[in-house]
Amino acid sequence: MLPFILKRLGLAGLVAFTVSFISFSLLFLSGDPAAALAGETASGEDIEAIRRLYGFDRPMLVQYGEWLFQALRGNFGESYYFKLPVSSLIADRLSVTMTLGVCGITFALLTAVPLGVAAAIRPNSIIDRVALFLSVAGQAMPSFWFGLILIVLFGIKLRWLPPSGASTWQHFIMPTIVLGYYAMPAIMRLTRAGMLEVLNSDYIRTARAKGAGEGRVLFKHALRNAIIPVVSLAAVQMGFMLGGSIVVESIFALHGAGYLAWESIARNDLPTVQALILIFSMFYIIFTFLADVLNAWLDPRMRSS
Amino acid sequence: MALQEPIDPLLEEISGPTPRQILRKRVQGHMGLLFGAGVVLVLLVIAILAPVLAPHDPYLQDLANRMVKPVFMGGTWEHPLGTDHLGRDYLSRLIYGARVSLLIGSVAALISGVIGTAMGVAAGYFGGRVDAVVTFLINVRLAMPVVLVALAVVAILGGSLQVVIAVLGLLLWDRFAVVMRASTLQVRRREYVSAAQAIGASTPRVILSEIMPNIVNNLIVIVTLEMAHAILLEAALSFLGLGVQPPTPSWGLMVSEGKNMMLFEPWLVLIPGVVLFVLVLAINLMGDGLRDVTAPDSRS
Repeated sequence: MLPFILKRLGLAGLVAFTVSFISFSLLFLSGDPAAALAGETASGEDIEAIRRLYGFDRPMLVQYGEWLFQALRGNFGESYYFKLPVSSLIADRLSVTMTLGVCGITFALLTAVPLGVAAAIRPNSIIDRVALFLSVAGQAMPSFWFGLILIVLFGIKLRWLPPSGASTWQHFIMPTIVLGYYAMPAIMRLTRAGMLEVLNSDYIRTARAKGAGEGRVLFKHALRNAIIPVVSLAAVQMGFMLGGSIVVESIFALHGAGYLAWESIARNDLPTVQALILIFSMFYIIFTFLADVLNAWLDPRMRSS
Repeated sequence: MALQEPIDPLLEEISGPTPRQILRKRVQGHMGLLFGAGVVLVLLVIAILAPVLAPHDPYLQDLANRMVKPVFMGGTWEHPLGTDHLGRDYLSRLIYGARVSLLIGSVAALISGVIGTAMGVAAGYFGGRVDAVVTFLINVRLAMPVVLVALAVVAILGGSLQVVIAVLGLLLWDRFAVVMRASTLQVRRREYVSAAQAIGASTPRVILSEIMPNIVNNLIVIVTLEMAHAILLEAALSFLGLGVQPPTPSWGLMVSEGKNMMLFEPWLVLIPGVVLFVLVLAINLMGDGLRDVTAPDSRS
């Protein structure tokens, strides 16, 4: 088990390093960050001064090396816009995004797993068809549009929920639904497929032959085995969701890290954008790593690959 | 002749329906595929014939006739779906918007398809180090937050149609690579591949005429799914103001522009959203349907 973990850890570190390099160089596409920073009315001398102040006159690899060295120590530089350390700026905003991510994945699991189980118990029944329809329709629904419809319906027409902001737990209900429904189809399909496979296996027949009750067969014997791949899928989806929260946060004006990313991109605030891209990728890398380890722990056959 | 004669499987194969007939029958029996392909076809025709079909110029502003209601809400047939906040005919913008969505979806899927297929087939066919490098690149790509990276790059390079297409095309190749790698691994060890290698066929020839024809079904399915993905992403980018720029009629941009008037005129948001939903749903149904009818295990 330990060699497996070490190997995966090394790979995860290498992926993180490559992502950091790519995201750093992508933002160099802008050509001249100094000119963008100085604004359109700046003179040539101003731009030159800014270039030297921020060190844009040095080769890109040198700048990257220094940025990475500082980033490893938790220092992402200073935001051009807020004039504050990027790390504290992001730390302030991250709790909202994390809360949203945890709520979103919980919502997705609580709806998708029961639906998937119900669909697998009776294939081709009404429930199965409804679940299939929901998963196909869910994939096709633009999340920003879904969010706006919910705001109009529950926030304004019915006045059940606050339409935007993040001050109370009610503020998180609609964003949770919008973020969570996105992960539902995949989880539901995997639960359904896993349950169908397990329910046809020999040990389920044995359990039934021994006279175990249907509830016991389903939940103690079948679901326990079918849920293993779902757990790791949920971990991966969680990583995706944090990266995708940018759309949801901007619709509901939730001031989390995704909202910060959106604002910073519009403001050309490169240090903040770079740090956020790296942090969101780190979340994905950590979650997939945890999913891999969990899988290997639960299923020793996975350790060899 | 009361005896039940055992059916010779070989005879059955010769006298039974041809594979083409079986496929046709399965396509005809698949509602999702028929519906999806039908809707996509109709929207494609609408997009191509946009100049003929659109009742008005989609860019023409008429500030005296702003936010006219659609005909089903008490408007007139002059503007069947009403007008937007600048008095532009909504139906015409919707029709031209189909061009933007379908163009971005198909070209982005084509670019990412070429990149992903090349990587996936190479990884599956050559294995070893090539496979390790490709798998690593797939992991790197999956770790990059797509929306965030796309937004940042489009913001830097400017939101033109070409930039959005290029960015999406360069970002969405991961699923192609994953699926093509797995499909190639499945057929690489088949007898006909070994036979081609044994008679001295060159590597490009083995890949192009032995491997590719046998994995192209999977490729088509991924093309449709990624096309839908690209269309949704373009709409999201444009909605966030960092995709296709005004005054281009993009459905995501129309939702964004209608957002401010959402409280009073919800149809401004509702209509482009529904159209976007229908197009993406149709493409996904078409993809799922193609997978169903071409999957070998359901050939019975």
